[in-house]
Amino acid sequence: MFKEFAKWLKTLKNEGVDHISVEERRAFLKMGLVITGVYAGGSLLSVVSRVKEVYADIPDYVGHYPYKPHYTMVLRVDRCIDCERCMEACRKTNHVPPYGWRTRILEQHLPKGDHQWERRFMPILCNHCNEPPCVRACPTKATFKDKVTGIVRVNIKKCIGCKACVAACPYDMRYFNEEKRAIDKCDFCWESRLSKGIFPTACAQACPAGVRIFGDLSDPQSRVYQMVHDPQRALWVLRPETGARPNVFYTIH
Amino acid sequence: MVTAVQLKRGKLILLFLVSLCLLGVGVIMGIRSFLVGHGEAYGVSREIPWGILISTYVFWAGLSCGLSVTSAVGHLLHNRPLGAIGARSVFLAIATIFAGFLAIGLELENPWRLPIWVALSPNLRSNIWWMGTLYTVYVILLLLEFTLMTLGKHKASARTGLLAGLSDIAAFSNLGAVFALLAAHPFWYGTYIPTFFIPSALMNGAAAIIFFTWLAYRLSEREMEPEVVQGLQVAGKIYGFTIAICIFFLGWKIAASIAGKPYGSWEAIMALLKGPLAFNFWVFEVCLGLVIPLLVIIGVRARDINAMAYVGGLSLIAAFVMRYDQVVAGQLVPHYAHMHIYGLPQYYHYAPSLCEWLIVIGSLGLFGALFAWGEMAFKGHPPVHH
Repeated sequence: MFKEFAKWLKTLKNEGVDHISVEERRAFLKMGLVITGVYAGGSLLSVVSRVKEVYADIPDYVGHYPYKPHYTMVLRVDRCIDCERCMEACRKTNHVPPYGWRTRILEQHLPKGDHQWERRFMPILCNHCNEPPCVRACPTKATFKDKVTGIVRVNIKKCIGCKACVAACPYDMRYFNEEKRAIDKCDFCWESRLSKGIFPTACAQACPAGVRIFGDLSDPQSRVYQMVHDPQRALWVLRPETGARPNVFYTIH
Repeated sequence: MVTAVQLKRGKLILLFLVSLCLLGVGVIMGIRSFLVGHGEAYGVSREIPWGILISTYVFWAGLSCGLSVTSAVGHLLHNRPLGAIGARSVFLAIATIFAGFLAIGLELENPWRLPIWVALSPNLRSNIWWMGTLYTVYVILLLLEFTLMTLGKHKASARTGLLAGLSDIAAFSNLGAVFALLAAHPFWYGTYIPTFFIPSALMNGAAAIIFFTWLAYRLSEREMEPEVVQGLQVAGKIYGFTIAICIFFLGWKIAASIAGKPYGSWEAIMALLKGPLAFNFWVFEVCLGLVIPLLVIIGVRARDINAMAYVGGLSLIAAFVMRYDQVVAGQLVPHYAHMHIYGLPQYYHYAPSLCEWLIVIGSLGLFGALFAWGEMAFKGHPPVHH
């Protein structure tokens, strides 16, 4: 039996490792997760260098929460394995067309010196900024900041399609949805889940490695509050220089 | 008193008909884009949402601003030579702004929602809202000014013209702020664009009045009246002076974008200086738009109308490219640059689609048709003697 197996193996064409497709990689990683268990898998994949870790400045606006609940997301990027389940869940839950996306995962190659680098996956989504440039740019208030939750939402009937909000977003988080004839973006699953009492967001629910922690930043008992208010934790936001004051935080561990 | 003029209409009619055909093609392409979706018809993307139709709008709006302000300056200073070309300036300001409205109207995904929600749900913090409102005021004032001018009510027309010029400075500067107040794009962000827009509009407006007055007389095969020649010579001086100002602005913009290698701005200026927009920048913006016109105007001491018309016409093409570069360069740098993102391009890519080009040509058609019709309907905009 082993001889036949060896023979079969020899007939296989060497495809090299340079062109492994995303699907194959994802399938492999999923298999690994099933075998070792979600937590063991997470631990194995988080065995990464900590050479670049620093205690980042906690943004100055942390501590001021004008909304109740003040929805936020904390992303533990060193846990992300690029399985893209969050993206799939988002697509299905929010009916995102194939030409658009509300969330995606970027691949970082962090330099370690001497031509070496460390791979890290960085999920991105709407940052639901405290000072959203998209909301300021919109001439008709089609995009607005929810006065209760702080979620940046879109009233599709008011959208004239000027794409000013798309140009204004520092995070590339908006696209024009041809079916809706309006701009579409992440709304922390407000329409599809939160407004119906379903918690948390689809992406946070789907993540097998606990990367996405969703919660209320104004609630001292919430996990996100405790993570964001931990001075020992390296915490950062994306493109702080734009002054948007994002509500999506990045951390490790 | 208006001087009686004899003009031959053959070439103007031909221009009118050809322009109408171009306009028709543009409108058909615009309707097609609504049917198949802009995502299919246009080359824009979520990364570069504003393309050649936006820059075409800025181009026409800039010309309109320059033309109306030149006319308003004539009123303000009681400048007789500028007054002689005032009627055409105002009419061309109307024609150019409508050409711009066509481009922006076909660029919007849902233009029919614009008048409803701009009125019912205004966002007073939005530059686009202010721009739209100020342009509405501007167009009304401009049409009123031209009507009063045609009726011979020159005093009222001059006052309205001043208000039109002021409203357009506010409107066009606001258009600059549509870009300049977006911190997401460091190359745009700051005071440069809203301020640079005004001298650049004057530069383009002066070139336009010289070129199109010259063209109008060529097409109608008649001699230019001495006061019109004088008016164009004054416009030539304004043209030369504003070119010098624009060179000054551009020089400091380049310096500010290079010194200290500021993130985002540096990459964008490199796209212009030696990147994907370098040909546009050096050949069109710098040579055709600034250096050659300035040298020619200095060389002929702003007296030779033919020479100034040639460089003025070429510089209008350069102005179109300049607006394109301004709009596109600001969006070329990827959002997540400098974050070690694997597979991120150095620059985003944008190339206008055929549909976009045909709409641009359609807007040119609308302008051409209005220009030719205006020459015929208003008898070559004869110089008015107060």
